[in-house]
Amino acid sequence: MSRPVRYVVFCLGVVGLAILLAPAVAHLPAFGSTFHPYRTLAVAAAVAHRTANVVSAINFDQRGLDTFGEESIFLASVAGAALLLRPGEHETERRPLGHARMLDATRLLGYVLLPLSTILGLDLISHGNVTPGGGFQGGVVLGTGLHLLYVAGSYDALEKMRPTTLFEWGEAIGAGSYGALGVAGLLASGAFLANFVPLGHFGALFSGGTVPLLNIAVGIEVASGGAILLSHFLRQAMFTEPAGGGRRASGERDE
Amino acid sequence: MKGLIYFVAFFLLIIGAFGIARSKDLVHAVVCLSVAQAGTYVLLLAVGYQHHASPPVFGSPASRPTRDVVDPLVQAMALTDIVVSATVTALLLAISIQIAKRNHSVDPDELNAVEG
Repeated sequence: MSRPVRYVVFCLGVVGLAILLAPAVAHLPAFGSTFHPYRTLAVAAAVAHRTANVVSAINFDQRGLDTFGEESIFLASVAGAALLLRPGEHETERRPLGHARMLDATRLLGYVLLPLSTILGLDLISHGNVTPGGGFQGGVVLGTGLHLLYVAGSYDALEKMRPTTLFEWGEAIGAGSYGALGVAGLLASGAFLANFVPLGHFGALFSGGTVPLLNIAVGIEVASGGAILLSHFLRQAMFTEPAGGGRRASGERDE
Repeated sequence: MKGLIYFVAFFLLIIGAFGIARSKDLVHAVVCLSVAQAGTYVLLLAVGYQHHASPPVFGSPASRPTRDVVDPLVQAMALTDIVVSATVTALLLAISIQIAKRNHSVDPDELNAVEG
């Protein structure tokens, strides 16, 4: 499709979208109004299950099945990206010799921020039911914070601290334990992902029943998945190069 | 002025789509998709907003649960949205790398032929 044709198609699409959106906007509630029926119901349900963070209560208790699907999307996409990024038939992995020079200020900042981000990630996961945060947020902080080692130190240090096999296990265990908790709810209360654990006191660390447990499961999975994803992209950027440089280099199968 | 926030949401969606339409680079197109998706975050949070309301986290036992909080449901949906956006971005970038390897180009205009 040539460029002018593409713009014409785009303009037609925008006009169609505008025709559909205009009546929709007219029926939206006024911005900042007090009419929020879902809010009223969700807050009542979260308080009934003694979960102080209502967003976590919705994600892991009221619509836990949706989050199970969301988590499966994450698992599938990490697996898909890992599959796409593995070294191809005509590529070799080459380890560059020597280390790049790093500014002392960068190294210092990295080494200071590494433990801080690890603690922050663990805190976000473990307090996901009482304060803002949760498994997804904490998992992302943990999985990406680990790569400060690469910024601050070297790739070798990162590889020592980041056993990829462990993360592959972690990803499977995180996803599996979410499903296992769902089946446990099914057996205990007759509904998949039912909140069957004692609820505890409102605002306490162990409150909300299954919410903190599901948070931990998701946290393990997202941290592992994020680390795997970043490790594949990093390896791709640093080491992989086409063998012989040719487009259809018929060559030896690489390791 | 009341509908301005909804206008911002749809503007982000359309400007992101426009960026994809005029893109000369697949990575640029992936970033434009993220911009378009940011419109949905704005829309969701705008729908759930209430003037003079507190966040839907009651935290310590001191802060008593109240009904006057912004809508937590759309916040939970925004979280889902962000997770899906991140995974889609990762997959698309991985596919872009594969395309660059196979065709030595990331310009959509040069990727006309469908290869098996």
